[in-house]
Amino acid sequence: MVDLAFLLVTFFMLTTKFAAEEVVVVDTPSSTSEIQLPESNVIRLLIDKDKHVFFGFESDKAKPLLLDKIGAKYGVSFTEKQKKAFGNVSTFGVPVQQLGALLDMTTEQRKKVNQGGIPIDSLNNQIIDWVMEARKANLEAISKPTFIAIKGDGDADVATVKKVIQILQDKNINRFNLITDLENKPVVSR
Amino acid sequence: MAEIQQNSGGGGKGGKKRAKKMSTRIDMTPMVDLAFLLLTFFILTASFNKPNVMQLTMPVKEKDNKDPTEIKSSDAFTIVMSENDKLYYYEGLLAEDVKPELKVSDYSADGIRKVLLARQRQNPKTVVLIKPDDKSNYKNMVDILDEMNITNQSKYALVDVSKADLEFIKNSGL
Repeated sequence: MVDLAFLLVTFFMLTTKFAAEEVVVVDTPSSTSEIQLPESNVIRLLIDKDKHVFFGFESDKAKPLLLDKIGAKYGVSFTEKQKKAFGNVSTFGVPVQQLGALLDMTTEQRKKVNQGGIPIDSLNNQIIDWVMEARKANLEAISKPTFIAIKGDGDADVATVKKVIQILQDKNINRFNLITDLENKPVVSR
Repeated sequence: MAEIQQNSGGGGKGGKKRAKKMSTRIDMTPMVDLAFLLLTFFILTASFNKPNVMQLTMPVKEKDNKDPTEIKSSDAFTIVMSENDKLYYYEGLLAEDVKPELKVSDYSADGIRKVLLARQRQNPKTVVLIKPDDKSNYKNMVDILDEMNITNQSKYALVDVSKADLEFIKNSGL
């Protein structure tokens, strides 16, 4: 029995992936929905209470490709070291122009930086490029479609959330997953 | 857990000092305790870190959308979400000459949920128009979408709040 216990411990230790630390604290509201977020191929859009939007995407194969594509689009080049660092950054919120500097930092330094969000204005809309390129990169790398998950803070204002949804709808993305905490479903009498 | 060490018998007087015979078995209890503790921890974290999601499907936007879907005024039920966790609702559609009765409610179980259920009993074809005001927060939006799930309201839409709605609320003095 003890052998088995150790076997299981080892198994769970190796398979557990700790939730990656996020750049901002996002306190999600709760809902009764019991659908679970798929494990992979998820593009996360974090919206914090200060109306900032952050981008998160995790994939070993598609991420370097994504950085290349974005770099080409904005005329920014990244070094090999920066590309490697990008693989470890689960979420970030800086304009592309500042991304290089962010990637040069150590993990500790990065935590201290106050990231101001990715621009979503109509003049400088970088978030849509990140989403579209991530979709393309994922398709190219592992040929799987991606899901869009919106993780908004309970205090985030609807205007920002609506704007993000609008931006994605303009590109014909109409399915969203709103990340929420679970709460018990009340019994409804009819 | 600690075992009582048996006093080696016959130690007493005289006799050569003999090396104590150590048992070859070691007490594994603490280690096993730890193993199970870790096991429980990993099992729990493995299944709990998956977040829950609420699916939201927006209608496909058509480029030349001249006349969006019209709904009958008798089927319509409008909810306007306002600041401070307040919401307004009225039955029917707002028009120049028709001013429906505006009521105030909140997101609690006795609030909008009861109203929605009553409305559904009255008219099962109800279409709920959810109009989030810019002053409401995201939690309100999730709450109201959740109410739709709870009450099994199948037809609902997120619509932008119109100027007429805001005027209407302002003039009502609620």
